[in-house]
Amino acid sequence: MPPPLHAPPSERVWYYAFRAICVLIFIFLVGPLLVIIPLSFNDLPYFTFTPAMLAFEEGAYSTKWYWEFFTEHSWQQAVKNSFLIAVFATLISTFLGTLAALGLSRPEMPFRKTIMALLISPMIVPLIISAAGMYFFYARIGIASTHFGVILAHAALGIPFVIITVTATLVGFDHQLTRAASSLGSSPTRTFFTVIVPLILPGVISGALLAFITSFDEVVVVLFVGSVEQRTIPWKMFSGIREEIRPTILAVATLLVFVSILLLTTLELLRRRSERLRGIRPQ
Amino acid sequence: MKRLLTATALATGVAFAGAAFTAGSAQAVDLTIVSWGGAYTASQQKAYHDPYMAANPGVTIINDDNAAEGLAKVRAQVESNNVTWDIVDMVAADAITACDEGLIMEIDPDTWLEPAPDGTPASEDFFAGTLTPGGTNCFIPQIVYSTTFGYRTDVFEGDQPSSIADVFDLEKFPGKRSLERRPINNLEWALLADGVAPADVYGMLSTDEGVARALAKLDTIKDQVVWWTKGAQPPQLLADGEVVMASAYNGRLFSAIAEKNQPIAMMWDRQIFDLDGWVVPVGVKDLEEVKKYLRFATDTQRLADQAKFISYGPARYSSAPLVGNHADLGIDMKPHMPTDPNNAATIFDFDYVWWADHRAELDEVFNTWLAK
Amino acid sequence: MTTVDDGVLRTADGVPLKRSLRRATARRRTRTFMLVVPILAFLMVTFVMPVADMLFRSVDNQIVSSVLPRTTIAIQSWDPLSEALPKEFVFEALVLDIQESFKDKTLGRAGRRLNFEKTGMTSLFRKTGRRAKLITEPSYRDQLIAVDKRWGELDTWKLIHRESDAVTESYFLSAVDLTFDESGDVSWKVEERRIYLFLFYRTLWMSALITVFCLLLGYPVAYLLATLPTRHSNLLLILVLLPFWTSLLVRTTAWIALLQSEGVLNDLMVFIGVVSEDGRLQLIHNKIGTFVAMTHILLPFMILPLYSVMKTIPPSYMRAARSLGAPPFLGFLKVYMPNTVPGIGAGCILVFILSIGYYITPALVGGQTGTFISNFIALHISETLNWGLAAALGVILLAVVLFLYFLYDRIVGVANMKLG
Repeated sequence: MPPPLHAPPSERVWYYAFRAICVLIFIFLVGPLLVIIPLSFNDLPYFTFTPAMLAFEEGAYSTKWYWEFFTEHSWQQAVKNSFLIAVFATLISTFLGTLAALGLSRPEMPFRKTIMALLISPMIVPLIISAAGMYFFYARIGIASTHFGVILAHAALGIPFVIITVTATLVGFDHQLTRAASSLGSSPTRTFFTVIVPLILPGVISGALLAFITSFDEVVVVLFVGSVEQRTIPWKMFSGIREEIRPTILAVATLLVFVSILLLTTLELLRRRSERLRGIRPQ
Repeated sequence: MKRLLTATALATGVAFAGAAFTAGSAQAVDLTIVSWGGAYTASQQKAYHDPYMAANPGVTIINDDNAAEGLAKVRAQVESNNVTWDIVDMVAADAITACDEGLIMEIDPDTWLEPAPDGTPASEDFFAGTLTPGGTNCFIPQIVYSTTFGYRTDVFEGDQPSSIADVFDLEKFPGKRSLERRPINNLEWALLADGVAPADVYGMLSTDEGVARALAKLDTIKDQVVWWTKGAQPPQLLADGEVVMASAYNGRLFSAIAEKNQPIAMMWDRQIFDLDGWVVPVGVKDLEEVKKYLRFATDTQRLADQAKFISYGPARYSSAPLVGNHADLGIDMKPHMPTDPNNAATIFDFDYVWWADHRAELDEVFNTWLAK
Repeated sequence: MTTVDDGVLRTADGVPLKRSLRRATARRRTRTFMLVVPILAFLMVTFVMPVADMLFRSVDNQIVSSVLPRTTIAIQSWDPLSEALPKEFVFEALVLDIQESFKDKTLGRAGRRLNFEKTGMTSLFRKTGRRAKLITEPSYRDQLIAVDKRWGELDTWKLIHRESDAVTESYFLSAVDLTFDESGDVSWKVEERRIYLFLFYRTLWMSALITVFCLLLGYPVAYLLATLPTRHSNLLLILVLLPFWTSLLVRTTAWIALLQSEGVLNDLMVFIGVVSEDGRLQLIHNKIGTFVAMTHILLPFMILPLYSVMKTIPPSYMRAARSLGAPPFLGFLKVYMPNTVPGIGAGCILVFILSIGYYITPALVGGQTGTFISNFIALHISETLNWGLAAALGVILLAVVLFLYFLYDRIVGVANMKLG
């Protein structure tokens, strides 16, 4: 709230200065993401604005990097791999994670804290250590350089996100509800689908989205565990940045920004729905 | 309704996955060939892979650009008995190490490889000693390449860089340089620029004082150096104007200069030759297919063909006379070869066997130096 | 429920109620535990065992003993401090081992393993391997020394003696810049070879500074979000969440485009005239690049926990401070700030933990001076092939991270972690 009119000038100055600082920080947060959007339409293979672009000359802008992305086989393969791996990794981690979160939310769960700490650890252990370990171990059990191996690895990395979001939804979950359902003659399965699922669904979906984006973004594990046949979009981007920096990467980056906006919107809608549902929950 | 939708979605997902998994295991033969990416892989694609796939419709060649990590990955694959690579492009020093450790297959040149058109057996047709670097016998050389320097032609007024000493001369030639992020070549060049006679370089680098002297020389330009790790980087850095001089593989510089018309020129002084060739990991899935490919891709004509696309010298005596003009530009490739007498006048005699021994230690010293 | 004479409560079938209840609880506990069994089994195979396997490599040392089995047994009788070469039968064992392993092509592995400790071992083994087949009768010792004089040096034998154990401490010593000197004692490496302590130190202080940057930038934003009406704050929260949800590589790419010397920021400064065309600033491939990009990437991890704590602080606190006569700033300092300490703690530890393990961003924008210990672990795995050293560095890094994780659990509680 703005300072009242009778506030001393110093307070008012501080108020506006504070706002200005916040605006700068928001620019720092979002600016870099916005800058790459026009850059990806550069006609020339540079990572900066050419004078012609600044003058809005015709021909300075082009969509050729997008064409390259949509027509080059290796990028298309990367898109396919990214989705394939992320979808299956998400299914695995969401299924296992939700099951575990249901257990963890019950007061009678033994070793609760230890198990929780263990399940969150894939997020905490430095990726390079996990990746290196998987690289050696998966090779030994014969699943390195396969889609299956990368999916398993990504599922492991996605689990903490599902656990965190689903347990958060279950905090304050009223266990009386399930008891009420069973006392009214509902079978456990029916109780699960008609009482529990609707309540935790928003949490499960946002957990799944986080697991999805974790896999979709992940590059270290793919670099180690995967080989060329598992190359994903981040894999291509990483090697692209290290080798020939082409604006195709900027085009891909721009598309990915829109993917994240899409996911974020979904998540925001879910959050609202969840709040609404929880709002009508009897105290 | 909702449940029906979920079930359908799941079923589609499973079907999609099933299709994706089986697509990889179709009847046809897949050969995964690991090489260095960029212009180099492109030249192999045109000279070897495309004609081979045209002649063998069942075969699909998959390019993996991870040769820079070739030794590490081959080792991990062989140790864990899970070899997914079929053929790997390696430099001679790495092939020595891999062969010593039993990670790659021994090769009998006369049964594996095609003789020269005049009937000379393969073992005598490849450049002397190149089939057996360091006394090992696991390596099929393809090309002789050189690491040399390129510089921007539009930066310096008057004199242009012409000797290795100029690379270290920041007063005469100010601006950023790019060097490869490893001790190999850089230590040699530093000593040469410091006035050490070529013949004394490795003797000197075998001592701590010699290494210290080389690093001290590199110290004089350290804060002006952008380090590269992949062969495609230095031409890019030069083209973008991020650096004014860069060490690079000569073939990459050639494609930046001749094919992409960048304002870059070559500086051949103290260029360093090295060998690059094929190796086959132990435990490869389908050895017969690998041998069939190698016999084709290393014959006299194919090696000569590669030189139409990139300026590396083919490793067979019989290929040299067949090296002709660039496939698209039509220019004569011979003067762009590192072996051309005009370019090779001050070539430095690289010792890959010495490096196979000292790599581990000097990597550590060099990385320590870099990080500080 | 029936009451029997002994006064113990029993269920209908006569079982004491206490026992029956205990059983029911145990049954329920088991049933609940079954819900986490699949995930534990899954993580065990896909995550815990791989990490453990990797960490085990830091002490695993079976190469020498498996390639040179006879020598390993024979050399046990030799006293490395005796100042005399081993006896003839040790030389004989070595010759037999070398002949056999040369044929099997495993000799090179032993040479390579020992080369990590002493340069030249690779070539010594290769050379000896090629000539050893000619040595068929005594004196093995003289003939070996004739092949290479290093077989007559005590250092070579001390090294083999030391590294023929199935476990080794030498990787860990290397990881903290220590080594064995000539007398077999542990001592510092020579100055030019010391690097890892320096790198750990750099990783820690750079991460600490990144954490501070995140706090400085994150605190005002979180405060603004927490004090605005929900309608506005939700909109601004999206600006925080957008980078959080955007690919790490996209963000890193964006910083490369902005910071490189022919990049947007330098172009802008040249255009304004702050720097000259030749005086373009080096903002990337050094520490600055790492600081800027990492702060940007980790900032949401600071804002979100701060925000969730600040949201719970009732605005009436500040009004109360005010009405009691405290100037706004003092009120903020004395009343508001102390209430946000849990958020500060949570955010800082989280950012710090994530930062010290980072690999991708420093690798792409850090150049040589802005790289972390993770980058060296990757280097030893994929370039120098010194997997044992990589594992030892990994163990130390993991120990630091787990300690902080433990701290985090104590302060915040893992169960209270919030995302998005």
